[in-house]
Amino acid sequence: MKPAPFEYHAPTSLEAALELKAQHGDDGKPLAGGQSLIPAMNFRVAQPSVLIDLNHVPELRHINKPNGAVHIGSMTLQSTAEHDALVAEHTPLLYEAIPNIAHPQIRNRGTVGGSLAHADPASELPVVALALGAKFRAQSAKAERWIEAKDFFAGLFATTLQPDEILTEIAFPTKTPRTGYCFTEVARRHGDYAMAGLAAIVELDANQTISAAKLVYLNVGDGPVDAASAAASLIGKAPDAPAFKEAGRIASQEDMSPYGNVHATPEYQRHLSAVLTERALAKASEGAKAAK
Amino acid sequence: MSQTLPISVTVNGKAVEKSVEPRLLLADFIRHEVGLTGTHVGCEHGVCGACTILFDGKPVRSCIMLAVQANGHEITTVEGLAASEDNMHPIQNAFWEAHGLQCGFCTPGILMTLVPFLEENKDPSEAEVREAISGNLCRCTGYQHIVDATLLAAKKLNEVAE
Ligand code: FES
Ligand code: FES
Repeated sequence: MKPAPFEYHAPTSLEAALELKAQHGDDGKPLAGGQSLIPAMNFRVAQPSVLIDLNHVPELRHINKPNGAVHIGSMTLQSTAEHDALVAEHTPLLYEAIPNIAHPQIRNRGTVGGSLAHADPASELPVVALALGAKFRAQSAKAERWIEAKDFFAGLFATTLQPDEILTEIAFPTKTPRTGYCFTEVARRHGDYAMAGLAAIVELDANQTISAAKLVYLNVGDGPVDAASAAASLIGKAPDAPAFKEAGRIASQEDMSPYGNVHATPEYQRHLSAVLTERALAKASEGAKAAK
Repeated sequence: MSQTLPISVTVNGKAVEKSVEPRLLLADFIRHEVGLTGTHVGCEHGVCGACTILFDGKPVRSCIMLAVQANGHEITTVEGLAASEDNMHPIQNAFWEAHGLQCGFCTPGILMTLVPFLEENKDPSEAEVREAISGNLCRCTGYQHIVDATLLAAKKLNEVAE
């Protein structure tokens, strides 16, 4: 058998899951979709002593829109969110990004919360969450708190979740007026890890100049990379090609430090990031013009 | 003594009850415990797609799931496609006619990916087919004949439906 032995628990309520997490702490690894954890266990890179399978916890699977945000239960399948009407209507950036996550077979098991808690810098959802300023609901047997996206990711495969906490829900802010969104990435083969990619958000004021912008990149650092100086360079400018090109230059040369990988050198990742920035900003700006 | 858990899984319409170690992968359960060796394992870490099966009707990779997670669920393997030995599923006939396989190692995973895809996409374009099989690796065919076979299968399925 490939994985090392472990003790297996399949709680059927959130209360029971939180109790198990309190009891086992860091040794108790939550099993969500398993699309990253089980491969790691097959390689024995991960050898958790206790697995807490969250697949039978009904409280963790839902999508609703209470106020100003689409709330997604952490165990919601990526393929469920991909085809959800609320997600499509109110969080266009998330809707555009999900089909880029691996292959359909993976999205049929992989969960929204699992991917976020795994915090792989090459993955799509952390980029979307950081770009939108999503909030993360962390619950323990004793308490609960909401964590801002910028405080949630803590480097390579790391988050600020505490040993007794489980990520139970993520709130993605809904789209805002005069704002356009774009997610784009480039991979060698559709569904593979992207060599570069980003989420872009552009807000225009009544004079059609850029009043707010956000650019967040994947696979070019220890986590989702927020290119703050590139975004700042856009403010007050008209949404045109020279402005986009300059933002791409700043983002790729100053805001990121890609490591490179087997598919792309760091220089190539910078090049792709710059080109994709121009495309994403053009598309997001068109969206902003069209948005009411 | 390691923990074992009783599970009950519907495999190709038949109930299977076994006691398994939690670390047993679903792919190994299907092959070694149920004895259905049509589900192939290539990479065993979720990359090649050879182990694709239907889990409650949806394609998933069985090498990155635990057998205990299939407890109470329905799975379909490639053995569940044909009605009988001499009455293959239209998609199997199409793969046969259009040379959609050479060594056949990738074929079960590709078929199990395409069956639900063709149910949802009656008239797919070549690009859509290529995207649908992007999670399945084939070392032999260069994919062209797989694409041809899939387009032929779509035609056959439409004929059956008419
Ligand atoms: S054997 Fe499961 S994906 Fe390769
Ligand atoms: S036919 Fe040989 S791997 Fe596809």
